[in-house]
Amino acid sequence: MFHFLLVALLLCATPALAQEDVTLKPGPGLDTVVTSCAICHTLNYIRMNSVFLTPDAWKAEVTKMRDGYGAPIDDDTATTIVKYLAATYAAQPKS
Amino acid sequence: MNRRGLIAGAGAAALAAGSARAVEKPRWMSPLLPDGTREEAVLEALPGKQNLIRLTDRPPNYETPIDVFRTSITPNEDFFVRYHLAGVPTMTELGDWSLKVGGEAGERQLTLGLDDLHKNFEQVEVVAVCQCSGNRRGLSSPHVAGVQWAYGAMGSATWSGPRLKDVLAKVGVKAGAVEVWLDGADGPVLPTTPDFHKSLPMDKAMADETIIATAMNGQQLPHLNGYPARIVVPGWTATYWMKHIVSIQLSTRPLDSFWMQKAYRVPAGMFPVDHPFPTQDNQTSWPITDIVVNSVIAGPVEGTRLTTAGFTVQGVAWDRGHGIKLVEVSLDGGKTWQEASLRKDLGRFAFRAFTLPTGRLPAGDYVISSRATNNAGETQVDKLKFNPAGYHNNVPQQVAVTVA
Repeated sequence: MFHFLLVALLLCATPALAQEDVTLKPGPGLDTVVTSCAICHTLNYIRMNSVFLTPDAWKAEVTKMRDGYGAPIDDDTATTIVKYLAATYAAQPKS
Repeated sequence: MNRRGLIAGAGAAALAAGSARAVEKPRWMSPLLPDGTREEAVLEALPGKQNLIRLTDRPPNYETPIDVFRTSITPNEDFFVRYHLAGVPTMTELGDWSLKVGGEAGERQLTLGLDDLHKNFEQVEVVAVCQCSGNRRGLSSPHVAGVQWAYGAMGSATWSGPRLKDVLAKVGVKAGAVEVWLDGADGPVLPTTPDFHKSLPMDKAMADETIIATAMNGQQLPHLNGYPARIVVPGWTATYWMKHIVSIQLSTRPLDSFWMQKAYRVPAGMFPVDHPFPTQDNQTSWPITDIVVNSVIAGPVEGTRLTTAGFTVQGVAWDRGHGIKLVEVSLDGGKTWQEASLRKDLGRFAFRAFTLPTGRLPAGDYVISSRATNNAGETQVDKLKFNPAGYHNNVPQQVAVTVA
């Protein structure tokens, strides 16, 4: 049921996405990021917040989206998103 | 200097670069912003608006270009746009708008239309600064997550409509009321996302200056600034200025909302506060409330080449309602300061425009700063009071220009 809802929302969102011209860097997990994040907001949020968040800070952002904003993302999906963001849009932690 | 002319030039340059769309970059963006923000931001005119700096379009977050801030009133078409959630009501959806006022601490429940707000209550005007709590977040060092605003998530306007306290009086306020809960017609995409709900403590809700605005600068509220009515809370950051207000509820309890208790918090005691909000305080953090004393230089814009004939430094200063006492301008990065002329006073919550003509100047590099002091004796801080959400940055700007 929820899956159906998400698909329906994504279909609704597709024209808006096409207009946005937002292209994220390629990498493992990109499809999951687009599917999960773009339901509620433009993917610009990721590029705008780059590059300064560390991998841990990106993890905290994904946690905030789940716990604070109620994003219906399971643990595996969250892990995939965090890995993608850490690999493509993260600042490396200062050693 | 003609902003639109300059923007047209920038747009032409972007086209010449072979962009797929007619992407116009802002004429100037602070080098303090994150690289991703500088790459992402473009100029875009929303319906009824001039070009604003687009940070995100879903939800819409657009800031006012810095060179607009030369006057005490910000025109509606230049006024910034900020939404938390992408469920923005259309003008058609707002066509059957009504406002419910009541709650458990109210004597009765009323449903008001726009005509009721116009005809059944005294109409008052207040000139006040509407400033996003996160204004200048993008300049925070270190950077913090969120919408990466530079200087333009603010504006000063003449707001008009009934006082909130008059509307609450019509409902009847019971003795146990501690907060007024606010909800607007905008909402989340998914039902699992907390709707944007805010509350006010009774003393600020009942303050003479707090109104339900149905007009802005003499016109109906622009769609994306809260049509047909929004709460105006002079002195406080814009998070309380609920747009498209549809519900005002008197409550005997503190509002338990993500937007009150998790977001919009500042470290306890870090910033000066006139109106405490004790029902929402905890041991380590307070809700952000009062605006800090601040100023912005609208011109000259950083990087400008000027002549030895000199130039006029122009900008605005504001605070949380004590009023601006003094604005000083430095041309040497803060080593020495000169007193600027203050323009007409439009009220203690308004922008106060200032000017400083430099007179003739020797050729060289200059770093212009402005520093405001309010009537409470508070001055902009030299060093950023870092906080995790990047709020209340009132460190003086450093505007580098060349005189040749």
